[in-house]
Amino acid sequence: MINLNWYPVWRRNFLVWKKLAGPSLLGNLADPMLYMLGLGYGLGGLLQSVDGVPYLNFLAAGTLAYSVMNSATFETLYSAFSRMHVQKTWEAILNTPLTLKEVLLGELFWATSKSLLSAVAIMLVIWALGLYDNFTMTLALLPVALLTGFCFAGMGLAINAVSPNFDFFLYYFTLAITPMILLGGVFYPPSALPVWLADIAAWLPLTHAIELARPLVLGRIPSDIVLHGLALIAYGGIGFAAALKLTTRRLLK
Amino acid sequence: MSPLILRGLTKSYGGVRVVDGLDLELEPGRCHGLLGPNGAGKTTTLRLALGLIGADAGTVDLLGYPMPAEAALARRKVGVVPQVDSLDPDFTVRENLLTYGRYFGMKGREIEARIPYLLEFSGLAGKADAPINNLSGGMRRRLTLARALVNDPDLIVLDEPTTGLDPQARHLIWQGLRRLIGQGKTLLLTTHFMDEAERLCDVISVLDQGRVIVRGSPRELIVKHIEPHVVEIYGDGLNEWKDCASSFCKRCEQAGETLFCYTDAPDKVVAQLEQQPGLRYLHRPANLEDVFLKLTGRDLRD
Repeated sequence: MINLNWYPVWRRNFLVWKKLAGPSLLGNLADPMLYMLGLGYGLGGLLQSVDGVPYLNFLAAGTLAYSVMNSATFETLYSAFSRMHVQKTWEAILNTPLTLKEVLLGELFWATSKSLLSAVAIMLVIWALGLYDNFTMTLALLPVALLTGFCFAGMGLAINAVSPNFDFFLYYFTLAITPMILLGGVFYPPSALPVWLADIAAWLPLTHAIELARPLVLGRIPSDIVLHGLALIAYGGIGFAAALKLTTRRLLK
Repeated sequence: MSPLILRGLTKSYGGVRVVDGLDLELEPGRCHGLLGPNGAGKTTTLRLALGLIGADAGTVDLLGYPMPAEAALARRKVGVVPQVDSLDPDFTVRENLLTYGRYFGMKGREIEARIPYLLEFSGLAGKADAPINNLSGGMRRRLTLARALVNDPDLIVLDEPTTGLDPQARHLIWQGLRRLIGQGKTLLLTTHFMDEAERLCDVISVLDQGRVIVRGSPRELIVKHIEPHVVEIYGDGLNEWKDCASSFCKRCEQAGETLFCYTDAPDKVVAQLEQQPGLRYLHRPANLEDVFLKLTGRDLRD
């Protein structure tokens, strides 16, 4: 795990991404920005303030976390599945000295890196529009994005491992991703939910990410940093361990 | 030292023994063919040999390393041409080779230095910057072979290297493989084409039901297992003629509308057939396919 054998796998994905960066950047970055600005200004115009700040400022951290989640999830579902199942890229790599664990680590770190890029794009908007309170604090959004990307990349690889085809991913989106977007606190504070629903929402990985990101944008120190950080690491770590086991069963039995 | 030794190899899937006590030992510098009907265990044997999967019983020794424990070490000096195309469609020819070389821990400069040779070897000189999707099926196959050579392997494993190719493309692949044998590389290939095995392989192992049922050079196998001549007969009146055929034909087999006569004395059979205007025939020397069909039967294995 300490070695860097996974790096050529990461690099392969990076080189392909570089060739097709234009449309990829547009999809990954422009989309969440449009959501944030459209809802922030449009809906925000109707609201006095949320949590004591203008709605656009409130929405910024949620958009960042949601964008990171989307980016890591799409990469480990559709893109990784295409490499594993359609192009047989992983099987080609497994004929070299690299192991499946190293292939999956390369994919994990690649998806995390790509999601970090999504975070940076949102951060640029946050800085440009002055949606933050304390600039130095916004820099702490980077490690938060890193943990969030890791979390969703690990979980995504586990789903990828059991998927028979591209359509299967809709289950994950409908049953996991969409509920998180709607309940995890992207668009409104979780306190607006009925208690029983807020209690459930508190367990969602996206909620943990937003609990860390939002205070940082609004110039406050997040509470329960260790709890939220460990939760993200646990979701991602368990996801990756499951991915390794299930992909081994799928490709190397 | 033998590049690959398999001993008592066994692997079951869902209670079915796909590989069943298989023994195989490769001689260095030779081309070895693994023949067998579908489901005989060829691909599973290759996967076990490469350490991609572990055996239920038996041992695999690849280039001196026990498999699958030391697979990563052994595969540094092994090249693999898989059955299914797995080239990177987003890369050019050169980028495919570069990227693949990095999986072996090679430096970019090291791989770059090898690319001109690999392109020349595979007849792709001038195609270095071509996107993969612009290549014909034969070119893709040759690039897959070139990719397998990026690490200068001692042993090259090829799973059906010419399936789906036209005759011109097959001949080009064969030329490449002969060149590798000439360089002293050891080859292990599976194929369904008996003419391919007969042309390329020094040693052939026929697999059926997960074990090696015969082994030898193509010529040895033909001499040992089959009569030297074959007369294939078809047409009206075959059934009547068949009844008396046994008197001058050593062994007869009927497959559909065709009767195969295996014989040491083809002249007698041909003389008989000349008197049967309704029957058409083809007289040819026996080949590896005849041996294969005799040993593994004519039934379909789906």
